[in-house]
Amino acid sequence: MWLTRPFSERSTRLFLSVLLAALALVTLLNLAVPAGHPLHVSTYAVTLLGKYLSYALLAVAVDLVWGYLGILSLGHGAFFALGGYAMGMYLMRQIGDRGTYGDPVLPDFMVFLDWDSLPWYWLGFDMPGFAFLMVLLAPGLLALVFGFLAFRSRVTGVYLSIITQAMTFALMLAFFRNEMGFGGNNGLTDFRELLGFDLRSDGTRLGLFLATGIALALGYVLCRAIVASKLGRVSVACRDAEARTRFLGYRVERFQLFVFVVSAMLAGVAGALYVPQVGIINPGEFSPIFSIEVVLWVALGGRATLYGAVIGALLVNYAKTVFTGVMPDAWLFALGGMFVLVTVFLPRGIAGLLSLRPWRRASHTATTQPTTGESTA
Amino acid sequence: MRMLPRCLSGLLCLCLLFGLPLAAQAQDDPGQALLDSLDTDSYADKGEAVETIIASGDARSRRWLEALLGGKLQRHKDTGRFVVVVENRGRHWPVVDALSFEDAGEMSRRELDRIGINNALRGQLQGALAVIDLHAEQVGERREAARALLGDVDASLAEPLRVVIGEEEDAEVRRLLEQALAIHRLEEGDAAAVDVLAGSLNTRVRSALNAASRSEDAELAAAATSALADIEQKMMLNRGLETLYFGLSLGSVLVLAAIGLAITFGVMGVINMAHGELIMLGAYTTWAMQQLLPGQPGLALLLAIPAGFLVAALAGVAIERGVIQFLKGRPLETLLATFGVSLILQQLVRTVISPQNRTVVTPEWMSGSLMLNEGLSLTLNRLYVLGFALVVFAGLMLVMRRTRLGLEVRAVTQDRAMARAMGIRATRVDILTFALGSGVAGLAGVALSQLTNVGPNLGQNYIIDSFMVVVFGGVGNLWGTLVAGLSLGVINQVLEPWAGAVLAKIVVLVFIILFIQKRPRGLFPQKGRAAEG
Repeated sequence: MWLTRPFSERSTRLFLSVLLAALALVTLLNLAVPAGHPLHVSTYAVTLLGKYLSYALLAVAVDLVWGYLGILSLGHGAFFALGGYAMGMYLMRQIGDRGTYGDPVLPDFMVFLDWDSLPWYWLGFDMPGFAFLMVLLAPGLLALVFGFLAFRSRVTGVYLSIITQAMTFALMLAFFRNEMGFGGNNGLTDFRELLGFDLRSDGTRLGLFLATGIALALGYVLCRAIVASKLGRVSVACRDAEARTRFLGYRVERFQLFVFVVSAMLAGVAGALYVPQVGIINPGEFSPIFSIEVVLWVALGGRATLYGAVIGALLVNYAKTVFTGVMPDAWLFALGGMFVLVTVFLPRGIAGLLSLRPWRRASHTATTQPTTGESTA
Repeated sequence: MRMLPRCLSGLLCLCLLFGLPLAAQAQDDPGQALLDSLDTDSYADKGEAVETIIASGDARSRRWLEALLGGKLQRHKDTGRFVVVVENRGRHWPVVDALSFEDAGEMSRRELDRIGINNALRGQLQGALAVIDLHAEQVGERREAARALLGDVDASLAEPLRVVIGEEEDAEVRRLLEQALAIHRLEEGDAAAVDVLAGSLNTRVRSALNAASRSEDAELAAAATSALADIEQKMMLNRGLETLYFGLSLGSVLVLAAIGLAITFGVMGVINMAHGELIMLGAYTTWAMQQLLPGQPGLALLLAIPAGFLVAALAGVAIERGVIQFLKGRPLETLLATFGVSLILQQLVRTVISPQNRTVVTPEWMSGSLMLNEGLSLTLNRLYVLGFALVVFAGLMLVMRRTRLGLEVRAVTQDRAMARAMGIRATRVDILTFALGSGVAGLAGVALSQLTNVGPNLGQNYIIDSFMVVVFGGVGNLWGTLVAGLSLGVINQVLEPWAGAVLAKIVVLVFIILFIQKRPRGLFPQKGRAAEG
């Protein structure tokens, strides 16, 4: 029942059909259209799109907590990066003895640091099943511990935002250290293959793109299912009037914790799909500025709509690719300008613009839009 | 007795400068005769010649002996002219005339004859040089020379040193020389020398005592060991004081960076993520002032204090009017918008000025350090910044507690509607408060320019720390910010030796995150009506 409910919403059906059609179209244009043709989508572009889609999944995860729970997390990049590192560790182990130093077990950077054995937390990452489990568990556990401490003592609003930012900042500093055993500054890179597929081949890249698209679709449905369920209704209640919800007898912190952990896991999956496509994971993903950029994607697309997050992520990242290619200096101006303009003039984002259409029925959106009530005060 | 030869040589120099034609200088210069006497084959004669040179009190004798010691005093084979080799590499060596010390071009090494020395002469020279330095006119130079002698005294030097000690007027030089002598006596097994050395923090003294503590003479070893233990205790205290000082210094930087935020975030409740960039603007103002007033870094720095305040305050007002006023009551949106502003400001500096760091000169009266004792010296710039932070804090307290503006700010924060009903223009108060907080950020920038690199990322490095300090101290409480900033600085420095700089920072961050769980409203939570806001 709760799994079918999301499909009853028009926006879900529309979103899914557009997404799947786009996936099919890109696949077709990549495979069936010859390389010289103007309509051909190169493998490079496919990988780029795959990267955008993994960002979109991250944005959906952020929208789940920010849009429907009222928690502005400025540290979701940390969950994304942890998922990415879990995947990266698996990919590192897959290199085997083909590294520069040819050590059958130790990754190159450990040989370089004169380590003689794998640290305990690297054990098991040669098994894909374990690694993929860690993609979910590592961010999930961090979110569980962090969220448990934060929500239990009712840290909310701006305070929560700032300590999530401090969390990702601390992790960034930690991962920059060589002694941590995650490659320090350079991170993990030089990957060869994933589950036996060569990461450099066109087929694998297309496959990764499709996998990311499908993960986005599934993640979207999952979030929609949560939002549409009774749990989601309570979350929205927490967002709009936390104290009142608590007085009604709901254990607010449990709802918050659950949604927060689910969101962190989704972010981890996004990171895990991101890493094999860009071929590197380094502590830069932990930087506070990345996490706050993700929030901008959501704000631009439209908070508390889910599809708005996807639109925002795709748009901003496309703009970033274009800008940094044409005039790199202007990108930060554009990004900063967007932050200001969106928050001041477009508080409901692009999705808000869409719903301004007069012929649209107002009933659905009116109840799901966040208000600037008690929770944010 | 020491003054007489110096007077004579001074007179001589005057004569040389005014009375004698330059061409005749070489022949009439008494130095020529002194150098001539060095050029003999007998080392005994050379030794006597060295004595004569020292006794002559000639102002150049130090350089001659130094050159002789380094094998750089040489004589031209054909002309018999004495030269000092500047650099003896390659075939042709640049040289200077040994009498006038003027550039004498290059000479082939084949044309030159070195005035050789042997080991006995070398020892004599080293001692003689040290004694010459000990006769320098400046007390500071004499202290330097005496300090350099610690651990380098041998039997040949002991006797002349005793004479010098008898004549020396400065107590500090005397103390150092006695220590130098005592090290020598210690090496010879004199247990009484330990008393002289007790309590000194000099590394040479400690290594001498260390060596003595392993000696076979039980009495000496025991005395040395107990003296060492004393010294170790003193060192511990020093290290503790030093850590405390560095901690307070770091803390003062944190306080400076956070105190403006304590006004805008703490008192007004506005999240200004561009706060770091306002600090950066203050630092750049200092740099700009120094560019405007080249050659007067001190004056520029003093002028930068009001200028930095104004620039940052104006920028703050622009941010408040341009962005924040539209986002009243939506703190999360304010956070995002001001973050955008911070990106724009950073990029603006990168594009307009440069992505590279700019150097801000430290004026002379701020460089150097204040030496408390041999093991502990406080760098002056940090001391100034610490003082500056306290002054700024006191000023802010005064404004908030004793002025009309402070009263109105507190009124508006506690109950905006009621304050307006009482006739306070809340919008004006908003602007002024924000200008005040931003201006203080500018002041922080001026101070920071003396401690760190001034670059576009300057602000970014402090924003998270600043928020941590404000949150840790308790929002809306200036005292809390002071205590939190200073204590976080000290904690950081205490952790650093055993955890490393990065790990210490991480530990502090984690500590604050956990602390917030326990006390969500900080060290000094607000009470009463203000807390409900």
